Amino acid sequence: MSPQPAMVEVRAVHKSFGPLDVLKGVDLRVAAGEVTVVIGPSGSGKSTLLRTLNHLEKVDSGTVAVDGTLIGYRRSGDRLYELREREILRQRTRIGFVFQDFHLFPHLTVVENLTEAPVSALGRSRKAATATALALLDRVGLADKADAYPRQLSGGQQQRVAIARALALEPKLLLFDEPTSALDPELVGEVLDVIKDLARRGTTMIVVTHEIGFAREVADTVVFMADGRIVEQGPPGQLLDAPREARTRAFLAKVL
Amino acid sequence: MPSGTLRTPAVPSSAPPPADGPPTGAAPPRVVARRPLGQWAAAAVVLVLLGLVLRSVAGNDAFRWDLVAAYFLTTPVLNGLLLTLGLTAAVLVLGFALGTLLATMRLAANPVLRGVSAGYIWLFRSVPILVQLLFWFNIGALYPTLLGVRTVHLLAPPVIAVLGLTLHEAAYAAEVVRAGILSVDRGQTEAAQSLGLGRWRRLRRIVLPQAMRSIVPPAGNMLIGTLKGTSVVSMIAVNDLLYSVQLIYHRTYQVIPMLMVATVWYVIITSLLSVGQHYVERRYARGTAGAR
Repeated sequence: MSPQPAMVEVRAVHKSFGPLDVLKGVDLRVAAGEVTVVIGPSGSGKSTLLRTLNHLEKVDSGTVAVDGTLIGYRRSGDRLYELREREILRQRTRIGFVFQDFHLFPHLTVVENLTEAPVSALGRSRKAATATALALLDRVGLADKADAYPRQLSGGQQQRVAIARALALEPKLLLFDEPTSALDPELVGEVLDVIKDLARRGTTMIVVTHEIGFAREVADTVVFMADGRIVEQGPPGQLLDAPREARTRAFLAKVL
Repeated sequence: MPSGTLRTPAVPSSAPPPADGPPTGAAPPRVVARRPLGQWAAAAVVLVLLGLVLRSVAGNDAFRWDLVAAYFLTTPVLNGLLLTLGLTAAVLVLGFALGTLLATMRLAANPVLRGVSAGYIWLFRSVPILVQLLFWFNIGALYPTLLGVRTVHLLAPPVIAVLGLTLHEAAYAAEVVRAGILSVDRGQTEAAQSLGLGRWRRLRRIVLPQAMRSIVPPAGNMLIGTLKGTSVVSMIAVNDLLYSVQLIYHRTYQVIPMLMVATVWYVIITSLLSVGQHYVERRYARGTAGAR
């Protein structure tokens, strides 16, 4: 076991959509300050797993804990009671989520996208939130776009704004759901650069992606999922270059 | 079209020109648009017909345009107009407030809330507005007293007008708002949830402002419909614009001129509302392509 405390602790999580079992007992431990990259074929449950980590998806059984706190449920004896929405929303402010399709608020300017949650969910003053927002935009290289509307930006710029929006709540954990899959190939690099910068600063992150090169460069741990299970995990050098499982080898042979 | 016409001057002039193409090196051929002669002929016929109608209207003394002008700005007419405008505004605001509540109920997970909302919309869309107004007008027959007060005193005709029109409006507004909410990408709600925004805040700050783009055009339509629809309250002796001119023509027997007074006012207000709608639409188009 890693010497660092676990930031994320997933135990025996099962999830089905009707007759379709999407997660069939997933265990995952992510140490604080580490970057975990999740790879695997479409429909393997990667995104669903990520969405259970901030309770965008409810679990059927099993537990998800972030920084020692159960997410979405309260344990009493051998029962898990779902929390009230207000408590779940408070938990989510500590977990940043970046979507494949950005989901910026199109009717708000870039800086308003960044200040909305700190003002309404954390009770910050608009002035303080704006100062933080401008600093974050500077960090993702978009200081000059503060007053633009999202649709005036390229896909890569929009995703960088979305990352800054997640950072505005100063989360302990950042989750990325295929952050570059909706981008034109020439825009992928600028988004990955921002994520790499966050990795260097020691942000705990879980990134679901198809970018194997990015996984090799940035990940502390690569997790390979298939068919609702974690097939194997390990440092990128081991998992990507010398996978133990046949399924991992078959997948890598297709994407590399 | 012969391929030769697409040639650019970059083609070496030594190459032999195609038989049906233009001489190379010459200026590019001029474009001549097709002339829609048939449409121009139709337009001329329409103009002549329109002229005949206008001449007959202007030349018909029974319109009594002098009387229209004389009564147009009189106190009873203006009071009636004011009541019509107030009634329209009250019904729009209250109708959309109730309609938004019904729309959120209709979209709730709870089957009872959904069912009650659907039932309301079904019932109030099924009964003609005039029948509803007459029903409320006679509600005293069912409940002689309400809250310890005689119903006829509590529910005066203007109150019944607001009540009846609002309940009717809300059923339609609910569907307009529901369509607007459904037009907003589900990802917007998820993004707001992941940022910890509460249910009410999500609706007010994220979903409804985006839904407004789809809500405003049909709502503008409804507003104009409501403005004109308020004229049915003249049936329960509420002193609106139509009822005011009716009072006058019952006395003077100048039916057509007085109806023209009301008609011109309705047209003026409707035109102003259409202009207003344009600006409201522009406001809610913020952030969309081509708008700033």
